[in-house]
Amino acid sequence: MPERLSEVVDPANWTCPAPLRDQGVVVMGHGGGGALSAELMEQIFTPAYGNATLAGLADSAVLELGGARLAFSTDSYVVRPLFFPGGCLGDLAVNGTVNDLAMSGAVPAYLSAAFVLEEGVQLSVVERIARSMGAAAEAAGVTIATGDTKVVESGHGDGVYVTTAGVGLVPAGVDVRPQRARPGDAVIVSGPIGLHGVAIMSVREGLEFGVEVASDTAPLAGLVAEMLAVTPDVHVLRDPTRGGLGASLNEIARASGTGVRLQERAIPVPDAVANACGFLGLDPLYVANEGRLVAFVPPSEAEEVLAAMRAHPQGAGATLIGECVAEHPGMVVVATGLGGTRVVDLPLGEQLPRIC
Amino acid sequence: MKYIDEFNDPQLARRLLDEIRATATRPWALMEVCGGQTHSIIRHGIDQLLPEQVELIHGPGCPVCVTPLEVIDKALEIASRPGVIFCSFGDMLRVPGTDRDLFRVKGEGGDVRVVYSPLDALELARRNPDREVVFFAIGFETTAPANAMAVHQARRLGLSNFSLLVSHVRVPPAVEAIMTAPECRVQGFLAAGHVCSVMGMAEYPELAERFRVPMVVTGFEPLDILEGIRRAVRQLERGEHRVENAYPRAVREEGNPAAVRMIEEVFEVTDRNWRGIGRIPASGWRLTDAFRAYDAEHRFDVSGIRTEEPAECRAGEVLQGLIKPTECGAFGTTCTPRTPLGATMVSSEGACAAYYLYRRMNAPAPQAGGTAQQEVTPVA
Repeated sequence: MPERLSEVVDPANWTCPAPLRDQGVVVMGHGGGGALSAELMEQIFTPAYGNATLAGLADSAVLELGGARLAFSTDSYVVRPLFFPGGCLGDLAVNGTVNDLAMSGAVPAYLSAAFVLEEGVQLSVVERIARSMGAAAEAAGVTIATGDTKVVESGHGDGVYVTTAGVGLVPAGVDVRPQRARPGDAVIVSGPIGLHGVAIMSVREGLEFGVEVASDTAPLAGLVAEMLAVTPDVHVLRDPTRGGLGASLNEIARASGTGVRLQERAIPVPDAVANACGFLGLDPLYVANEGRLVAFVPPSEAEEVLAAMRAHPQGAGATLIGECVAEHPGMVVVATGLGGTRVVDLPLGEQLPRIC
Repeated sequence: MKYIDEFNDPQLARRLLDEIRATATRPWALMEVCGGQTHSIIRHGIDQLLPEQVELIHGPGCPVCVTPLEVIDKALEIASRPGVIFCSFGDMLRVPGTDRDLFRVKGEGGDVRVVYSPLDALELARRNPDREVVFFAIGFETTAPANAMAVHQARRLGLSNFSLLVSHVRVPPAVEAIMTAPECRVQGFLAAGHVCSVMGMAEYPELAERFRVPMVVTGFEPLDILEGIRRAVRQLERGEHRVENAYPRAVREEGNPAAVRMIEEVFEVTDRNWRGIGRIPASGWRLTDAFRAYDAEHRFDVSGIRTEEPAECRAGEVLQGLIKPTECGAFGTTCTPRTPLGATMVSSEGACAAYYLYRRMNAPAPQAGGTAQQEVTPVA
């Protein structure tokens, strides 16, 4: 070791690497519900389809059809493993689409279910998934009215993929969409966050977090109906699935040109989720949920909406976590427990466990 | 998480902040070396709560950020080879090499897997005897023992299909490089608690004495960091420059001798390039000759890959606290978290990435439905 490092280390020559070029191929992050997913939509799908209905980029489209206002949504489900604590691919596929419809304020009515099966999968597995879909549909008050099945050769699929689409009616006087967020709105989450993502991680990676964490997969249409019964003027509803609460709030802030300010200590993060995220270096705000919603409601209605939510089984843990603000438009900021602030940005793709 | 909550108590934090405020009579610049501490500082907003006199300079202690471009390019080359299962900690997948990253390799059909421990990679090698399993062994002294253990185990189990791509770095030579740089502004260090929990504190008194800087071994929870800052400021105000242990619940004077023995058996000290900084003598580890068979660079013959890092940004000056990120010409234009030119923009805890986010708080609203330009890369 030389006596004077400055002889060999010259900070004037400290340099930087070349930039990352655009990918040009699909990467896993394109399905992560973050910035890459948004770019896929904005740069490829929306221009290709070219219609104003799609431009809203909400989880479901609200259409005028035959004098009725119809919410219409579709979603594909490719979860691994197929069965996990608290649920399986089947109820996820039903609840997910039911919830996408409910986030438009709609009353979900009919679903379709299209299966892509991989050659060699046990029929008993398919049956279990189908049965869970039937049970989930009954619980959500919807009918699976049409479907399709395709089989791909062994090695060309991941066992079972399911795509569901759904329709429902939007009641008169209800207009729920991300663009309607207003400064002053109360931001409410319906219960503890991160349970689904941690449940999947624990079985997928074989990680134990002290207690078994079960997915929160659940239909939310009943809860939404109770909220709308208190006030039809709910501004925004979103189910924070891929990308978690952080991604959903960023999308709302950007769509409405408002800011969101959260109180970190108010955000309900279960111990098991906090532990898992602490261990892996993840942020609970970006972990997926499958049975939660986040709502923006006028401040005058917040107390009543909260009370109605807490009276419903899917909203028992409903909590006021922050407010919509005019400052820092398009951005989500968290007031930390210590009194500082940090920006919660839109994740790029999927979260990655940190080394330190 | 009862035990952790106690280190995140707002009232105790307030008390420590008041004490720091009362102690600091003039401006002091402290550097936290470790990326994990930077992460905690940003996450809890600690830097905004400190009195104006106390400035934190975020050091080059993020192993992901400082892994050289050349090594990333070697990783990309190996991961692209047929028959290879390339295993890595998650946050390395998004770090750009010359023209792609590990995600891109995965997208093109490479078998790239995120693991949580090198021992997981070892298990993959045991279960896939017909495949070559490579683990990307990066990090500071903290991750080195487990990586050493994995190689040790591979030899014990007679696994010939397991190897490491090693890019380990050591903290003390980096501290030395920072302190010997002209115009260095750092007046005190928060030494990385986890590194010291492995290596102990023996390497630091000489540095503290030679450069006349307090070095406070510091933990990672908010109260740990505030306590580290409090003690460093107290020493500076008194004109002292000692090594102090503010993290005794995890760090012993002698560290973890078994872990150190494991490192010394498997690794030897070598010069190492740091991304954005350059070559720092004796600042890394490589596998010893006795374990050369487990060195992926040799096994896959990628030693010849040489990558020049173009001099476009000023991360080096940012890392020394000589300039603010916003003073760099590339900041926010050619260099964003999406297209990082430098280490400090790659990581969400890097100084440039943090500035990039906060500056947006006062920017006009993005167009609804406009392309999202921002990202969060949750790396160390």
